[in-house]
Amino acid sequence: MFNVSLAETTTCSETDLTVDFRDQFLLTYQHMLLSRVLEEKLGSLYRAGGRIVGGVYLGKGQEAFSAALGVQLRKGRDIYGPLIRDQAGRIAFGEPIIDTVRTYLGAVTGPMRGRDGNIHRGRPKEGHLAMISHLGSLLAVVAGGLFARRLAGTLKDSIGATSIGDGGTSTGAFHEGLNMAAVEKLPIIVSIANNQYAYSTPNTRQYACANLVDRAAGYGVEGVAVDATDLAACLKVFRAAVARARAGGGPQMIVGSLLRLAGHGEHDDASYVPDKARKDPAARDCLAVAEQFTLDHGWMNEAEVRELHEEVRRNVDQTFSKVSKEPTPDPFKENWQALSSADLVEGQHEA
Amino acid sequence: MSITYLEAIREAQYEALRHDPAVFLYGQDIATFGGAFKATKNLSKEFPGRVFDSPISEDAMIGMAVGAAVEGARPIIEMQFADFSSVGFNQIINQAATLYWRTNVPCPITIRMPSGGTAGSGPFHSQSMEAIYAHYPGLVIVTPATVEDAYWMLLDSVTLNDPVIYCEHKFLYYHLKADQIGERGLPIGKARIARPGRHATIVTYSAMVHEALRAAEELQLDGYQIEVVDLRSVKPMDTDTILASVARTGRLLALGEAFPWGGVTAEIIARVSSEGFHLLDAPPMRLNSKDTPIPYHPNLWKSHRPTTATIAAALRRLLRY
Repeated sequence: MFNVSLAETTTCSETDLTVDFRDQFLLTYQHMLLSRVLEEKLGSLYRAGGRIVGGVYLGKGQEAFSAALGVQLRKGRDIYGPLIRDQAGRIAFGEPIIDTVRTYLGAVTGPMRGRDGNIHRGRPKEGHLAMISHLGSLLAVVAGGLFARRLAGTLKDSIGATSIGDGGTSTGAFHEGLNMAAVEKLPIIVSIANNQYAYSTPNTRQYACANLVDRAAGYGVEGVAVDATDLAACLKVFRAAVARARAGGGPQMIVGSLLRLAGHGEHDDASYVPDKARKDPAARDCLAVAEQFTLDHGWMNEAEVRELHEEVRRNVDQTFSKVSKEPTPDPFKENWQALSSADLVEGQHEA
Repeated sequence: MSITYLEAIREAQYEALRHDPAVFLYGQDIATFGGAFKATKNLSKEFPGRVFDSPISEDAMIGMAVGAAVEGARPIIEMQFADFSSVGFNQIINQAATLYWRTNVPCPITIRMPSGGTAGSGPFHSQSMEAIYAHYPGLVIVTPATVEDAYWMLLDSVTLNDPVIYCEHKFLYYHLKADQIGERGLPIGKARIARPGRHATIVTYSAMVHEALRAAEELQLDGYQIEVVDLRSVKPMDTDTILASVARTGRLLALGEAFPWGGVTAEIIARVSSEGFHLLDAPPMRLNSKDTPIPYHPNLWKSHRPTTATIAAALRRLLRY
């Protein structure tokens, strides 16, 4: 019924667990936890009504896959084009959570200044692109940034990375962008979270190949599949892919299998997901899996985990408390111009 | 020595590449081949590593230009035909046009669009897309009608820190010649009085400027002096110059080659009606193409678009009122 194939996925063995790997695992786990707690807060504010205008779109269940990529990137040097369910990846890349909160609450102090909201945020000059809602269209933008750097001689070992879901791979923009990146042999990671549903549509209605990673060969790029609920495996896969991209190996397609553990947005109860899918191994909660992994390996004990949860919760609450006192946009003070060339702005001629 | 409209476009790109290392060219068949119309002839040889053939991917071409612009580049993207920009529409209106507003990061890209009809080109190689793009905030739309404007407005477009839709008319490519490029004219945003007059005003742009001038010549034989305003850029639209002209003549014909529903001519009429109603001695008139796809055969094509004859007839109706 569902296209979830874990047969060919990369796994992590005990020999992979070096000290360096352990440190990255623990760091990534913290990013995931912060993301989860932050998003739970956003979800409860949405349900309470009033503070958040518009929707809330959560990445629950995708934190491992998202953060495992983000943590490989270097803010200020790499270009990151995250998508809807990449709160964890954005944190791992270095976005402060106050940017998330300010954008959701529409604070003028935030990067989008109330002009755009929720997940549609970024700081392009810091390499964090601000997604538009049209799926697949960011891939070419990331590619263009890398292309321009190569032209200017500033690419060096910087890379780009962008995310999409199973639904987004059906767009023409995704195809055009990936094909172009492959033709130009650009150092870009294309991370595909196959979370089985695009809004309500099961992935059997999105594609007909056995596994999305099979498409990599058609583009002439490297493709790797991974169990996206397994943080250790995700880290291993993204580390290797990033190394290949930095070394000139061209685009890298990583396909992670998981189940979206939230609705498309918080307005959606996802009642269309059958119980059978929720009992599948792909429906494991990656955060719980990562937590158990650290406990099993003695990297943290239960008290430390509890303490970390508390600390993260305090951090999130303090951030919301700070932002809730910040100003929201004033239409009379707004600079209503869509062009940076002020002398070419129209609008003084309305009747 | 003379220079065509098309050669002026090539020369402007040469100059842009020479002047600024941040400029590069990206488009289908534009490198070694020099472009479907040869607007980039020899540029890949003269500027190695800065003129690139793209895959047939209009969406990705524009997306790539936006990403490059964020990194400080100033790409010039050639759409092989304006018609094909519909495939890149999303990236133009949603990615490029919103970037500055959303993120405060300017988006200096120039999208060259070989526009408008020529005999035999048919429904998919003849379109005029300026109104579609003008509808969206965040874009500048220029429509040069002269060799001089083709050159200087392209250079100005590349210098602007905003996305520019540069509509170059294919009908003018070879037909329109000048002795030389000439001095820099008006800036983007200012319309030009292409011919002064006092009995009626035609406001138009791009290739229709020349049809309008011919119609004005014809009306002169009957003793009418027709003023022709060349908009040069349809967005921003120089409403002041339009109103000043209508104030002189009292009669307005808005003329465009594009489809009739909405669009640039409707915008002209709306502005003059709402801001200059008291200046009008007659109801403002519009003349556009017919409301069908653009036909292939010359017999049909010539009747589909406004021509000197139909413009002259419209003027006579306007003057009779």
